[in-house]
Amino acid sequence: MNPPRLADRLLTWFCAPHLREEVLGDLHERYAIRVKQRGEPKAKWRYWLDVLAYVRPEFIRRQPEEYPQPTNTTMLRNYLKIALRNLTRNKVSSFINIGGLAVGMAVAMLIGLWVYDEFSFNTYHEHYDRIAQVQSREYGEHGVGINNSIQYPLGTELKKNYKTHFKHLVMASWNVDNVLSAGDTKVSRKGLFMEPAAPEMLTLKMVYGSRAGLNDPHSILLSESTARALFGDIDPVNQLMKINNKLDVKVTGVYEDLPLNTQFNEVKFLAPFDLWVSDNAWIKEKAMTDWQNHFLKVYAEINPNTDFETVSANIKQAEMKNLANFPEQAKLTPEVFLLPMRDWHLHNYKRGVIDQGPMQMVWLISIIGAFVLLLACINFMNLSTARSEKRAKEVGIRKSVGSVRSQLVNQFFSESFLVVVLAFGLALLLTFVALPWFNDVAAKQMAIPWTNQWFWIASLLFIGFTGFIAGSYPALYLSSFQPVKVLKGTFRVGRLAAIPRKVLVVTQFTVSVTLIIGTIIVFRQIQFAKNRPVGYTRDGLLMVEMKSGDFYGKHEVLRTELQRTGAVEEMAESMGKVTEVWSGNGGFNWKGKDPSLDDSFGTLVVTPEYGKTVGWQLVKGRDFSRDFIADSSGIVINEAAVKYMGLKQPIGERVSWKFQDQPILNFRILGVINDVVMESPYEPIVPTVFMIRAHGLPNWMHIKIKPTVSVSEALPKIEAVFKKLIPSAPFEYKFADQEYALKFAAEERVGKLASFFAVLAIFISCLGLFGLSSFIAEQRTKEIGVRKVLGASILNLWGLLSKEFVSLVAVAFGIATPIAYYFLSNWLQKYTYRTEPSWWIFVATGVGALLITLLTVSFQSIKAALVNPVKSLRSE
Amino acid sequence: MRRSDLGEFEEVVLLAVAALSPSAYSVSIAEELEHETGNAVSTGAVHAALQRLEQKGYLRSELGEATAERGGRRKRLFTVTALGGRVLSDVRAVRNRLWDRIIPNIRLEWS
Repeated sequence: MNPPRLADRLLTWFCAPHLREEVLGDLHERYAIRVKQRGEPKAKWRYWLDVLAYVRPEFIRRQPEEYPQPTNTTMLRNYLKIALRNLTRNKVSSFINIGGLAVGMAVAMLIGLWVYDEFSFNTYHEHYDRIAQVQSREYGEHGVGINNSIQYPLGTELKKNYKTHFKHLVMASWNVDNVLSAGDTKVSRKGLFMEPAAPEMLTLKMVYGSRAGLNDPHSILLSESTARALFGDIDPVNQLMKINNKLDVKVTGVYEDLPLNTQFNEVKFLAPFDLWVSDNAWIKEKAMTDWQNHFLKVYAEINPNTDFETVSANIKQAEMKNLANFPEQAKLTPEVFLLPMRDWHLHNYKRGVIDQGPMQMVWLISIIGAFVLLLACINFMNLSTARSEKRAKEVGIRKSVGSVRSQLVNQFFSESFLVVVLAFGLALLLTFVALPWFNDVAAKQMAIPWTNQWFWIASLLFIGFTGFIAGSYPALYLSSFQPVKVLKGTFRVGRLAAIPRKVLVVTQFTVSVTLIIGTIIVFRQIQFAKNRPVGYTRDGLLMVEMKSGDFYGKHEVLRTELQRTGAVEEMAESMGKVTEVWSGNGGFNWKGKDPSLDDSFGTLVVTPEYGKTVGWQLVKGRDFSRDFIADSSGIVINEAAVKYMGLKQPIGERVSWKFQDQPILNFRILGVINDVVMESPYEPIVPTVFMIRAHGLPNWMHIKIKPTVSVSEALPKIEAVFKKLIPSAPFEYKFADQEYALKFAAEERVGKLASFFAVLAIFISCLGLFGLSSFIAEQRTKEIGVRKVLGASILNLWGLLSKEFVSLVAVAFGIATPIAYYFLSNWLQKYTYRTEPSWWIFVATGVGALLITLLTVSFQSIKAALVNPVKSLRSE
Repeated sequence: MRRSDLGEFEEVVLLAVAALSPSAYSVSIAEELEHETGNAVSTGAVHAALQRLEQKGYLRSELGEATAERGGRRKRLFTVTALGGRVLSDVRAVRNRLWDRIIPNIRLEWS
């Protein structure tokens, strides 16, 4: 019989309040008449139409307010004044609020910058979204492999038959150190030999000269820093210089150094590709038609009207259809494709599959950052809600004096926005101060993007969001109090009000404890790997790369000269540094070899004194010796190799090696050394064969300084020898211990970042706890006074006040432990040589967290317990 | 008097208020008009017209008694002011004069 309720509600919503009574009355009366005349359904239908007939401006427009409304600015000024007074009155909690939030925001900003830097990798190049590298995918017995270097004929094939897809197609050499010399100045720099279109494709910013500089076959483009190192601050265009002391070139341009967040940042000079080809005779003789020799990089810029997928699909068979004479290669059914520049950094291939590592790192860091920020926001909310309960009285008085609810809402919001804005300013300052240090840790070159509009938009959004979230509880909840109840004292904040706060504290400590456990385990893993026996002596071991032809054929004279200085104990040459297994091969055969074993060894050519120089330890047999001529066909293998080959009596065993289409070499095992960590300290040792005579030449010198001579004393003497015997190359060296330490760099970076965030997380959480405990102690002042009067001891009171927080932290620890265990054992899985997440780490972290909590809380609770009850009870 | 001041619907509503006085309010007027014209008339339209007429000074209003079918809500009763009455009779005079000038033959043709 009643009219539709929904229609009524609609009407009440849009109709101006002063007209509601008569309008609704009219509608209802008419409805009653209609029901009598025509029945209920018709009446209902008409009712709806009638309601809609009231949608007219004269019914919607509200009557002007009865009371005058002060202009917004006046009230805002008042709100801000009150807010500032509140902040200065509660100095401690304001400090915790603003400081904690600022630290959290600063961390978020640093991480935001880091993530932005990762994602903006290579965007320096203007044609970023159209540049790609040509790679090929091969399907071998061991699965899919990705070749990022390709064959010369593939380059020519693409240029000849697929030209329409590309704007530029540029062949390039490997990025290796080269000696650059101008007059007497010599420096060694990494650089590329690229085809002339490269500067245009990479949109290098020229300081001097032009991008067309590489068209001259004997030219060179220098980066700004290289130009300064060679020529000083002058315009070096048209100056003559030499590459590797043999290629005469003329400087035709100087480009701005590429920033760190580009793949080509290490390229310090560019020289014409043809110059490199003419310098390496073997390319013309053999490689130009050899479809098996992958030795080039090819970069491409596709045409604007096409995309990578289309081009990749088109060039897929470019290699396969030319392999008629290369059955071996054809077996691998290679597919050519483009790897877009935007994927080079974060989605590159590793062992045939897209490497998830970089993206995981980005995720990990951003999640940690988000958590730290969350912790800070939680503090902020907790403290403002806790404080706001104290302000219930203020709300009551304001309301009874005539404050409208919207004014209270505005007041509380403007207070929280004021705090957030202050915190943001402080955060900017903190970020600015911490950025150099952060750049150092993260190995990046980041700056605050003051001029980037997105940075400011994001900041504004963030300020708005945090201010709103933190201010919403007091603004929306407190402002709804009934003044009568509040002022009469019958108003009580329910017990449920504390629950969200408890949940938030538990969340905070869960995150902090997880981060701390994570940090400890990361460091344990690094330490574990560092403690692994290396198997050779790194101290005083110097390594010099044999960069140009001038280094070769001087071994004997160098060795005697160096030893004559009295500073050098021994010197040897080898393939690669002692900190890497430079070459690996199969094709070995020995008695008792499992025929199905597809063998693979590290194969390193060394000079006889290598063992003495690096100080490896023989387990069986003997080292190489110059006294036995037959040693040139001897080999020394490591224990891993013995195990791998399954030899019981390795000494004297014969081993043969068939390397590609070269004649078979026959060896005899002279000695076995203990395992030497040459590659990653987290991985198992590669079975390695050391030999005197084999394929390929040594390319590094190792120099062992006498233990009795200090390095600073020895270096000038060694340099003098090199200057005398190899005057054409700069004397550049590396220390083995430093190179070895580099192997830990990635893990140490994660560890440092993680510990930084963990410390901040626990700091912020404790700040929050401190604020909360002081608030609660204040709230219970009277209770404590009464208890004391009745005979409670200080210890009792301390327990009473601390108990709650301790139990919260215990709960957090209970939640954090399984989470941390799960993630960290997953993380450790990727290391073969790894530590275990032992139970004591968890216990120690738990105890530590508890201790910190107790310390934080006790400060306030003991202070409250010590107060003279006379004072606390007299306070009213 | 400006003729444009009074719309056709307003004029009818004003007349209805005069006819239904002293118990003229939205519902009674709407019902009456619906009855007289046979077209559906919503209280919203009538109420809006009443408000306009009151603003122009042709009507005056006060809150009346509440009834059960109104859910206890009071009604707003309208009465014609002196100005309203004068306007009504003016309009009527104009009409009458015009009617009188229609030649009887033409009236015959219509019927």
